[in-house]
Amino acid sequence: MEEEKKLTPKDYASNQEVRWCPGCGDYAILKTMTQVLSKLELKKENTVFVSGIGCASRFPYYLDTYGFHTIHGRAPAVATGIKLANPDLSVWVVTGDGDGLSIGGNHLLHLLRRNLDLNVLLFNNEIYGLTKGQYSPTSRIKTVSPSSPRGSIDSPVSPCKFAHGCGATFIARSIDTDKAGLSEVLERSYHHSGSSFVEILQNCIVYNNGIFDDLSDKAMRQLRVSHAQPLVFGANQEHGLAVSSSLQVEVIDAHRYPDRVLVHDETNPNLAHMLLNLDPQDYPVPIGVIFAVEKPTYEFTFHQETDGPYEKKHSVSSLIERGDIWEVVKT
Amino acid sequence: MRESITIRFAGDSGDGVQLLGNQFLVSSAKSGQNFMTFPDYPAEIRAPAGTTYGVSAYQIQIGELSVKSPGDEVDVLVAFNPAALKTNLHTLSKTGLIVINEDNFGSRNLKKAGYLENPLLNDSLSFFQTVVLPISSQTKLALKDLNLSNSESARAENFWVLGLILWMFDRETETISDWITHKFSDAMTSRANQLVLKAGHAFGEINEVEQKIPRLTSKNATYAPGRYRAIRGSEALSLGLIAASELSSKPILFCSYPITPASPLLHALTKQTDCGVRTFQAEDEIAAICAAIGASYAGILGVTSSSGPGIALKTEALGLALSAELPLLVINSQRGGPSTGLPTKTEQSDLLQAVYGRNGDSPIPVLASRSPSDNFDVAIEAVRIAIEFMTPVMLLTDGYLVNASEPWKLPKIDAYKKIIPRAAYGLTGDSQAMAYDRDPITQARTWVKPGDTHLMYRAGGLEKDFHSGNISYDPSNHEAMTNMRSQKMIAIQDDLSLINLTKDELKNEGLIISWGSTFGCIQEALQQKEVSSVSHINLRYLNPLPKNLKSIADQFEWILVPELNQGQLSKLLRAELAIDLVSYSKVQGLPFKVSEIIEKIHQLKRRY
Repeated sequence: MEEEKKLTPKDYASNQEVRWCPGCGDYAILKTMTQVLSKLELKKENTVFVSGIGCASRFPYYLDTYGFHTIHGRAPAVATGIKLANPDLSVWVVTGDGDGLSIGGNHLLHLLRRNLDLNVLLFNNEIYGLTKGQYSPTSRIKTVSPSSPRGSIDSPVSPCKFAHGCGATFIARSIDTDKAGLSEVLERSYHHSGSSFVEILQNCIVYNNGIFDDLSDKAMRQLRVSHAQPLVFGANQEHGLAVSSSLQVEVIDAHRYPDRVLVHDETNPNLAHMLLNLDPQDYPVPIGVIFAVEKPTYEFTFHQETDGPYEKKHSVSSLIERGDIWEVVKT
Repeated sequence: MRESITIRFAGDSGDGVQLLGNQFLVSSAKSGQNFMTFPDYPAEIRAPAGTTYGVSAYQIQIGELSVKSPGDEVDVLVAFNPAALKTNLHTLSKTGLIVINEDNFGSRNLKKAGYLENPLLNDSLSFFQTVVLPISSQTKLALKDLNLSNSESARAENFWVLGLILWMFDRETETISDWITHKFSDAMTSRANQLVLKAGHAFGEINEVEQKIPRLTSKNATYAPGRYRAIRGSEALSLGLIAASELSSKPILFCSYPITPASPLLHALTKQTDCGVRTFQAEDEIAAICAAIGASYAGILGVTSSSGPGIALKTEALGLALSAELPLLVINSQRGGPSTGLPTKTEQSDLLQAVYGRNGDSPIPVLASRSPSDNFDVAIEAVRIAIEFMTPVMLLTDGYLVNASEPWKLPKIDAYKKIIPRAAYGLTGDSQAMAYDRDPITQARTWVKPGDTHLMYRAGGLEKDFHSGNISYDPSNHEAMTNMRSQKMIAIQDDLSLINLTKDELKNEGLIISWGSTFGCIQEALQQKEVSSVSHINLRYLNPLPKNLKSIADQFEWILVPELNQGQLSKLLRAELAIDLVSYSKVQGLPFKVSEIIEKIHQLKRRY
């Protein structure tokens, strides 16, 4: 047997010219993705990237794996069919805030509640890129865009909060340029059995440049969450999150009251709910794996009904023979 | 003596008339009669009892081999209540017989049905023979020892009627009694139904219920020798898919969202979990077709099924399957349109949507079944075309064809050809091979699937390079791809069997061209001597049309195209074949009557 050579990140890149705008956050995500694929030693032929429509959805063309660039918003549904047909494949859905939460919000809801074992990467740049800059369902109120010259009036949806409401079993948030953090989250999402939802905050350099710039103040604007670790932030981890007796979230002096600081438990849905409801105006933005619990996957239960996927025990002839049959003989 | 008799059972949705009809069917089949049924049920599940819009009916024609339709005029009408009488009386022939449950003709029910006075007490029914019986009280009487509640007793009334009808047709009750034992797991229900069935039969016999129903000719149906069973259209369709899976050695993922009248197919397939076909109930119509496309991309066959409004929602995804050159089967159980239209009524008005209704130049094959049992063969053929030509295929059936039942000679699966993807050459490891290399004859590309190490590729809905499949906006490439897609339709046309008319059939002056479920009543019409010198082609293939259709059509003096829409096939034939024809359309949510077809033929004969 020929020994299989370990594939490098480059081996996972396709020969297609990447057509995102220079400086787009998608480049960084693509690069990290190839590194993660290499690290996980995923077999190219057993890996499928499925996408809808939008800038993010061009992703599959740039990876040398199987890929399906489908139609607007429907990638979760196509991926569901792929996974039900062949549960052994590693399936990754790549979508954006418009594709995944506007036109395709319904499919994302049902994918997450069913808990198929696949990974959803939602690139959130809070704007429509491919159609030239209109406001999206995650755009903040008063976003000025070609379709909202006086500022948008829609309340934005929070992707992770949406996922939590859908019953997702794995919810994480990351940032396009944060290579280490993104790698860790992608690896965790791969290893999670069930639907993994990963929101990646991604900068659109042309239509929404700098929308996440405040997060570059890592110490004060990012709350790095890690299982079993205290929820603290600040240059010296001096701020901590605590809960008052009336269930209000407070920022306290973590050095002075270490015992009152909440410890992250990614299996606790109430804590996840609290973290996902922190108003970014007043609190740092939680980054990392916010929620992760185990639950049987949809395809497992789907195929458990029979002895295996598409097990065939009865021939069609035996089914044809069922029922009230009468015989006509030659007279 | 008559060659056939038509019986119609009508009552509230909750009266169990569909079950009653089905059991009468089984009894008819076992007595050697041919039959065709027509379930006619309301869109409301259980509309308020006694109202006209809650009436459910089941019509069955029994008799000789010539029976191919559910019958034009009813000989025996069973009306469970005033609303059923009111809404169904117009179906009765002038010499017809009505069986009426007088217990349900109280003032409340009469009012609900909109009767100002009791039709049983005035002369409004004097035209007809009436058999007015206290069915509810008789049922209660039969059950007096079982201590059942009024509502439990009322639920058994359909079996009392069945017993009476069986007596009227000189049939025994044993077969049905046995069936009841198997059907109802609850011993009390089973016992009650059996008692009541017997009581109905005995009532007829003891009281010698006076009635004259036409006697059937004794020759019965002269079936070809073989083994038969009654088959409902939805079941034939489900068995056809299972057969196609077996013949192609490909599992099927059937993805569907519930919709009337397509749901019976989902229900039928879900029962069979271990025959290579699995069902997935998606969150909506779009998800259903997209999941099916995902399954096909992953190397098993995706099938989706819906009705008019749902098919409209699937349109964009259908284009994706076409663009990605993936096999896919879309089944449309047509109903009256437009929009929500007439959910439970039958129509053939989605033909042009199926053939032309997508953005871009996007031809797909369209097939139609012609009878409940024909769904079996058409399903197999549709899957064959999808797999062998790597294309989405639309199968048109309709509300009538999925719900109606007819006798089915059990097919031998060995007699069907295996379904083999023709373009399997790319996987052998040829280093020059590309994912979108196509078979020069069928234009089908290799069905590469994730897991295959060779020819790994990316699919998508953007226009792609003819060979590599990479995105291409090149003008001449787009034209080459468009041409390839239409060339595939020509390849399919070349592959289809030709229309075969006998010398005698070619000599006739007139030709009827039809499609879908109008087949049965046209066939039945043409068995009448006075119009028998007319030829008939019922098209299974609507797109592409059979190659020799024009050369055959051109040999006739006149062509009649009857269809349950405003002339869609007529338009298609005029556009594609430039032939002159007479369109005959009916859009009442009901099938043609045999007499309507005959009358139309007479008109044409006078004109030419």
